[in-house]
Amino acid sequence: MSVETSIESKPTLLSESLRERILAYVPRYPSKRAVVLPALHLVQELFRCVPYKAMEEIAQLLDVAPAEVHDTMSFYGFFTQAPTGEKRVWMCRSISCMLRGGDELIDRACSKLGIEPGGASADGSISIVPAECLGICDYAPAALCDDGRIFGPLDDASTDAMLAEIRGGKST
Amino acid sequence: MSNFEPVLSRNWNVADSHTLKVYESRGGYRSARKALTELDPDKVVTIVKDSELRGRGGAGFPCGMKWGFLPKDRKQTLMCINADESEPATFNNRILMEKDPHQLIEGIVLGCFATRATTAYLYIRFEYIHAFRVLEAAIAEARAAGHLGKNIYGSGFDLEIWVHRGAGAYICGEETGLIESLEGKRGWPRIKPPFPAVDGAFHHPTVVNNVETLCCVPHIIERGADWFKSIGTPKSYGPKLYCVSGHVNKQTCVELPLGVTCRELIDVHGGGVWKGRKAKAAVPGGISMGLLSAAELDTPLDFESLRKPGCLGLGTAAVTVIDDHTPIIDYLYNTSRFFAHESCGQCTPCREGTGWMYKMIKRIKAGGGRIEDLDQMATFANNLGIMPGTTICGLADGAAWPVKNAIAKFRGELEEYIRANQNPAHAVKPIQTAIAQGRVVDLAALALSAGTVPALPSNDLLSDGSSHAR
Ligand SMILES: Cc1cc2nc3c(=O)[nH]c(=O)nc-3n(C[C@H](O)[C@H](O)[C@H](O)COP(=O)(O)O)c2cc1C
Ligand code: SF4
Ligand code: FES
Repeated sequence: MSVETSIESKPTLLSESLRERILAYVPRYPSKRAVVLPALHLVQELFRCVPYKAMEEIAQLLDVAPAEVHDTMSFYGFFTQAPTGEKRVWMCRSISCMLRGGDELIDRACSKLGIEPGGASADGSISIVPAECLGICDYAPAALCDDGRIFGPLDDASTDAMLAEIRGGKST
Repeated sequence: MSNFEPVLSRNWNVADSHTLKVYESRGGYRSARKALTELDPDKVVTIVKDSELRGRGGAGFPCGMKWGFLPKDRKQTLMCINADESEPATFNNRILMEKDPHQLIEGIVLGCFATRATTAYLYIRFEYIHAFRVLEAAIAEARAAGHLGKNIYGSGFDLEIWVHRGAGAYICGEETGLIESLEGKRGWPRIKPPFPAVDGAFHHPTVVNNVETLCCVPHIIERGADWFKSIGTPKSYGPKLYCVSGHVNKQTCVELPLGVTCRELIDVHGGGVWKGRKAKAAVPGGISMGLLSAAELDTPLDFESLRKPGCLGLGTAAVTVIDDHTPIIDYLYNTSRFFAHESCGQCTPCREGTGWMYKMIKRIKAGGGRIEDLDQMATFANNLGIMPGTTICGLADGAAWPVKNAIAKFRGELEEYIRANQNPAHAVKPIQTAIAQGRVVDLAALALSAGTVPALPSNDLLSDGSSHAR
């Protein structure tokens, strides 16, 4: 049912240029469905979340059912339904970081910002997301910003400095 | 050993090692050119077979043999490069891609030529943001210079590499989970057979290889199978990138001959245990592999030797050192949380088993442990995984091994912890015991007690009738 309605409805959320960027991936793969993940990444990057409407429009573009896009989207911890902060920071809680105080640093960062783990700060500038190993254990305890910056080895002071740096000097 | 010459990491300290110019100036793409213009694809397969190169992604499967499983009459072959690297404590693939992306591209060209794959998908975990950027630039450079694209070196061989980014799921490192994810679906591992070599991505015969495995190939082609086999220990040949992190002075990734002992890795390359302490234990190759006790640190880190101390295997050769100030329950808490979080949920023993183990360990840590919990946990651990044959993929074995090893090697400490840490607020409630033992529970009493369970005298909730409450 939702497939039909989505075929009827006019795309309104994804801009023409975003649609083009998504469709540019199609020639890479033998099936259009393979573009679902790249498309979700583009949407998440732009909107900082993946609204249901976007899933419908991706489905339409790629000739799959909206439910299939939703199924994929919801499987991966990466995509969010509520907007994340402008910068998303993953703080590692896996073994090597944990052994060096990673769990406590996550608590510290969250309480400094007054948020729950996974949440965004009130001004929307930053989200702190507890993560499993980020593959930067040579920096343990480590954190990764979604712009690619790596932070570590962290301690209390450098965690505070990291938050300040990412938020561009905004005080907590 | 003393005259070991690193090859995989030889460019890491050279300025601009990620550029084509530097790579070529250091002899790069010579192997690819030689193979494509002078050798038959099957000859490349034979050389790799002869080298006995074993996959570096965790399973240690012989690479040449895997390539040999492709059906002879296939029309199209795909290559997937596994750069999902999510095994906790592992980061060598990241450095390989960041510091020397062309070495990997050359390995891909060789692997694809050997298997006649004309499209390669490089599946990289999203968190490798810098590596992704470096790779995209390197692939563009390689394409512009004719190392990729149509009719490479005039050999008639075509190859495109596409980088495909993951989205934060450990299970997508499992080769069929990776394939499902590449196809745009949730990363649920497939039941095998059919194996990817026969029916893989988009139903084409597919080879899945790890980044480091492919990085070995140009060197094998250049220096020969005998050179490769002159390094390492029996059945574990060649150089290997070892990671060491956790309670060491120097967290690092270092290239050594396969078979270095865990102790040497920690003391010589990791600068010793931090704060002048002693090691209590070490994770030998990513947390899925289990645990070495302090007495077992002289075990060589190769594909064969880790079985003796009861570990699952070499895994990713990533060592995490745990110092003697750390309770083993903290290690168990961390590993069980990881697997409960990352189980894809497809197989009941894995989905439920990892959840149970995590909850039990959490309770023990909080002060609600009972000695019999240890036996219970061991039972869970022995009942999930490919090893007992109850699950689709090896994640469940990885979840079981830390528990099996910790209980076998640190039972005394765990019992001591349970005795010394009792907190009634976290204790198991009689009703939970009754349910666990299959005794009948009076649902009406249960409903009345909602929210006040802890205060209720346990016997109110139990009846001894024979009919099932459900
Ligand atoms: C749960 C699980 C996770 C895995 N994660 C990875 C991974 O991140 N990277 C990798 O190369 N192999 C991983 N593997 C192993 C792959 O399934 C596969 O054996 C490997 O990519 C094959 O490449 P190789 O033969 O070159 O090692 C994982 C296996 C399992 C069971
Ligand atoms: S063993 Fe676990 S992770 Fe692997 S397929 Fe089954 S449920 Fe998923
Ligand atoms: S354990 Fe924290 S980055 Fe790997």
